[in-house]
Order: sequence, then structure tokens, then C-alpha cells
Amino acid sequence: MAATAPVVANRPSPRWMLLLQQQGATFALIAVAILGLARYGENFRSSFNIWEMLRNNTYYGLIALGMTFVIMTGGIDLSVGAVAALAAVTAARLSPHGIWVGTLGAIGIGILVGLINGTIIARFKVQPFIVTLAMLLGCRGAALNLSHNANVSVDFRSGFIDIGQRNIGPVPLPVIITVVAYILGSILFNFTRFGRHLLAIGGGEEASRLAGLPVDRTKVVVYAISGACAGLAGAILASLAYTGSPNFAIGWELSAIAAVIVGGTLLTGGRGSVGTTLSGVLLLGLIFNELNFERAKGTFELTQYWEEIIRGAFLLLVVLLQARLSRSQRTNRM
Amino acid sequence: MSTTGTTATVPRPRPGFTPASAFRIAGPTTGAAGALILLSIYNAFFTTNFLTLATLRVNLTQVSTIVLVAVGMTFVIATGGIDLSVGSLMAISGAIAPLIFLSHQWPLGSDWIAVPVAIVVAILVTGLFGLFNGVLVTRFEIQPIVATLVLFLGGRGIAKALLHGELRHFKEPHFDYIGTGRPFGIPVQVLLMLIVVAVAAWAMRSTSFGRYVLATGGNENAARLAGVPVNRIRLVVYAISGLLAGLAGLIVISLNSSTDPNLVGINMELNAIAAAAVGGTVLTGGRATVVGTLVGAVLVHQLRYTLISHGVADGTTRMVTAAAILGAVLLQQARRGGD
Repeated sequence: MAATAPVVANRPSPRWMLLLQQQGATFALIAVAILGLARYGENFRSSFNIWEMLRNNTYYGLIALGMTFVIMTGGIDLSVGAVAALAAVTAARLSPHGIWVGTLGAIGIGILVGLINGTIIARFKVQPFIVTLAMLLGCRGAALNLSHNANVSVDFRSGFIDIGQRNIGPVPLPVIITVVAYILGSILFNFTRFGRHLLAIGGGEEASRLAGLPVDRTKVVVYAISGACAGLAGAILASLAYTGSPNFAIGWELSAIAAVIVGGTLLTGGRGSVGTTLSGVLLLGLIFNELNFERAKGTFELTQYWEEIIRGAFLLLVVLLQARLSRSQRTNRM
Repeated sequence: MSTTGTTATVPRPRPGFTPASAFRIAGPTTGAAGALILLSIYNAFFTTNFLTLATLRVNLTQVSTIVLVAVGMTFVIATGGIDLSVGSLMAISGAIAPLIFLSHQWPLGSDWIAVPVAIVVAILVTGLFGLFNGVLVTRFEIQPIVATLVLFLGGRGIAKALLHGELRHFKEPHFDYIGTGRPFGIPVQVLLMLIVVAVAAWAMRSTSFGRYVLATGGNENAARLAGVPVNRIRLVVYAISGLLAGLAGLIVISLNSSTDPNLVGINMELNAIAAAAVGGTVLTGGRATVVGTLVGAVLVHQLRYTLISHGVADGTTRMVTAAAILGAVLLQQARRGGD
């Protein structure tokens, strides 16, 4: 990753622009939520709709959380979708042994893959892009082997399906898990030395190394975190789908990257925040939820294929806005 | 325009073609080429029916779409970029062409008009989408991986919307020719592949365009200062990548006599990047080899073929392929002295 472009000494961008770039997703989320409340009434604010929407976004949320950490260091993790599929198959296989074994097994396999990713990237200085790309292939292959090329059904009686399906009061368990993960992520990011190292490494790896920061170790940990998040997402996915399939979660790595970008984290590393990634995930989830309501109202004939087009168009909009807002701050090319 | 501390090797005009220069050119590909030869020898002895014309034809037919896309990808990577949208662009061209030649409306009633129009329009549209990627990268200075992510996500949606998300069969002998025709016994898409590889290899090595491409990827600022039209070069490479993806999409649907927007070109971006990387193209840009990409694609494909024909499970095959890709990149890294 060549950081060759000279830093153009522009005047500092106004405060509001910085705020918009960092918190734009949160503002948009609030606006979209208000629109939904005003326009769709009862059904929209029913607890069923809200909790189900949140439940169905937990796995995106978890994967995007891990991805945020990776991207902050200037890396990328393309293996997360495949890891989630591998973890879902693992969880389904382990599901007769109960919720703890199934979930921890899924997380464990995620961490293992993450450690391999991180070690190769840090130790051999190979680009994260190609390492995690190969790992994507490898994990899909491992998932195929582990599942014997078929869907593995989840054991119903052992209690494993609670991980995705149980409600505590009105709140789904996976939503609680995701919220806890984000709180832990925020603490890790904002209040620990590790968190400061992340941004330092993303801002300038060579300088961080010279300053004596444990660059390699931090990178390994970051990919392990990403793997753990993907593993947990896989466990929840298996429990919600009642099966583990090697064909789960295809293309999720790029959807997660899109959510992180919408949240305002720069893909060049060195800047980002955990909270705004959550805003990005929720914003995309809420928009599609409202599109469903709009379709039900009969405003327009919208087939589901348009969802993908809208996802792409929305990403384009965000990226163009960010390019404008951060033009004076950007120093990296790729 | 010598710059220190970069991997840029702006190619100098070569005095003549000597064995030494041949080795230098083949340098980054030597490993992949050696592996391919070893694998072929192994197959010749231990894989039944490997040394038949039919096997060769089937394998080349299967690898041709990957090679076409990977050649475009090689140009993009050489400028320091990446194009994630190729698979979706294949789906788009695969959706547009049948819509045109199945419409049977004037003036497209006759096959002789409808089929060429369908081919040209489909490829041009994906070329324009490629140009769109290029505009995002140059004009708006968006990182290539993000810029092409837009069409990766949205492009397949466009293809699905065009076909209402359904698989569609068609019977169009003239169009099927590009997937099933065999002039002189050679499949048409293999001919197309060889022509594209030859032209691209020549362009990369012996034209000022090729040198500009490598200079842009090696050190963009130095290239700009030296008068290379950096932005125009980057626009062109993304357009080339789009055009070739469009062509590959047409070949895929004509082979199948059907088009499925959910499946055409899926995972193609990964295969193309892997082919380029294994062949010796450096992923940070500045060094690229088109012939290497061909070798890389054939090597990865033949590895898969070998494992499958020896009855290895699909899952294991993928894991071995992944390990091979990683191994190739690690070797490449070791040769550069770990940077």
C-alpha cells in the first residue's frame, strides 16, 4: 500500500464537515427512523417489527464490527462470509452438545482462521487482500468438507437454537449479544492502549513501528477479532436457519465493508469509530425495512432485485459525499 | 525519471531478444510456468485421458472466460487498482444480449442483424460501466476497491431486474456460435482468448500505453511529473476490464444456451485476481505480465482439474487451491526480499 501522495496543506475543513463525515450515518439513521414513524404508523413501531428487524441485522452487525477493527489498521478481511459459513456448519455439527459448545466452537474456529490470516499478513508482509481472499476459498472448501456437501441440520432439543431464537423479555438474545459486543468494542477502541495502537498503525505503519508499537501483534489480534465476530455471526445464523450450510453468507464480506464505509470509517485506515459502524448497519437495515412497508402501501411496484441496486446506489451516494467531505484530509490512494 | 524506493521498473527499450532477456521478461512467471510443466508431466503419466485432444479442448474452453477477465484485471492491477465489479458486469452483458435478440422486433427481426447488435450493445454497455468505475477512481478520487464495490453490489441487481431474476433459456444458433463454434477444430472462445492475450501482451510490453500503465502503478506522482496522462490511462484500463468482462459474460451464456443473473460471473473477480497474482503480477501495481496471467489461470484450473479427476472431494480441492494461491504469493514476496 503505497502512501505516496503528498499531503496537500489545505485549510482545515470546517467543524461541521468533519461532524457530518463522522456522524452522517447517525443523522441519516435518525431521519429515516422519524420518517418511518411518521409514515407507517402502528405496524412500523410495533415491537414485533422492530425486534425482528434488529434480530435479522445482528449477523451483519457482528461481521461489520470485526471488519471495522481490521479496516482501522489499513487492512481488509475478505474471508468473513466464508468464515461465517464454516462456523455455521461447525455450530450445527456441535449443536447436539448444547448452546455453549456450539457457540464457542463456532467462535473458536473463527479465531483460528483469524490467527492464520493475521500471522501470514503480519509475519510475511503479504497484502491482506490476497491472504484473506485465499482464505475465503479455503474456508468454503473446509465448510464443504465438514458438511459433506450438504446442509447440516441443527439439533432442536439441545437448546442450541436459543442463541438466535430466544427472547429475554421482548428483546432477542442475539440483539443483546450484539449490543454487548459493540460496547466491548467501543471500550477496547476508546479506552485501551490497543485501541490507540489501531489508529496509529492505520495512520502510518512504518512510523508506528519506529515508535516501538507492537505492530505485528496488534494486526494478528485484529484479524482474530474479526474471525471471532464472523464465527459468532455464523452460530446465530445456523440457529435462525435451523441448518448449517457451506453456501451461507456468500458476498457478506463486501456487504459488511459497505456498512463500514456508510458508517464513515475510511478504508485507508487511521480513522474510524465502532459506534458509527453500528449506525451504518442499522441505517441500511432500516432503509430496507421501510422499503418493505412502502411496497405494502402499494406506492410503487418494487421487486426485490431492486434492493441490490438500491444498496449499490446508496453506497455510491455515501462514497461520493465522503469524497467531497474528506478531500482535504485524504493522504492515501489505496 | 528514476525514483528511489519504489518497485517501479519503467521498461526500457530492449536492445534485442536474447535468452537472457527472455528470462528477465518471464522472471515473475517462472515459478508458475515451472509448476504448470511439472503438473502437466504428472498428469500425462497418472491421469487417464489427459493427453487427448478432447481434454485439452474442454479445459481450454473452461479457462477461457477466466483468462479474458483476468487480462483486463491485469491491466487494472498494473495501475495499482482493482476491479471487483467484473462478475456483475458479466451478468449484465449476459442479461442484455438475450433481451435484444429475443425481442424479434423491427429492425431486429432477422438474426443477421439482431445477433451482432446484441453482442455489440452488450459489450459496449459493460464497457461504459467500466468507464463509470474509472470516473469514480480518477475524477472523484475514490479508492478502486470501494469504487468498484458499488457495481459489484448494484450490477447484479441490474442484471436481475432486467431478467426479473429468472433463468432464461434461448435457442439462437447464430449466437451460440461464440460458445460452441469450432473453426478449424478450435473452439471460438479459445481463439478469442488467444487473440486477446496476444494483443494485450504486446500492448503491455511494446507500446507506450503499456509503459504508461506500469509507470502509473509504479509511482503515480513520478509518472504524472514525467508527463504520463495518469488519469486517462486509469480510465482506459477500467473500460478495458469492463469490455472484456462483457465479452466473457456472452461466452458463458452462449455455452449454456441460457442466462441466469444469479449465477453468471459469480466469484469471477476472485478467480481473475488469483490468476493474475499466481502468474506473477504484483498486486500493488507497477509490475505486470499478461502471459503470466494466462499461465496463472491455466495452472489454477489444471490443479483443480487434476484433483477432481483423481476423485478428491470438492471441499479439499478448494482448500488445496487456496493453499496454492497463498504459496505463490509468498514465493513472490520472498523473491522481492520481503520488501
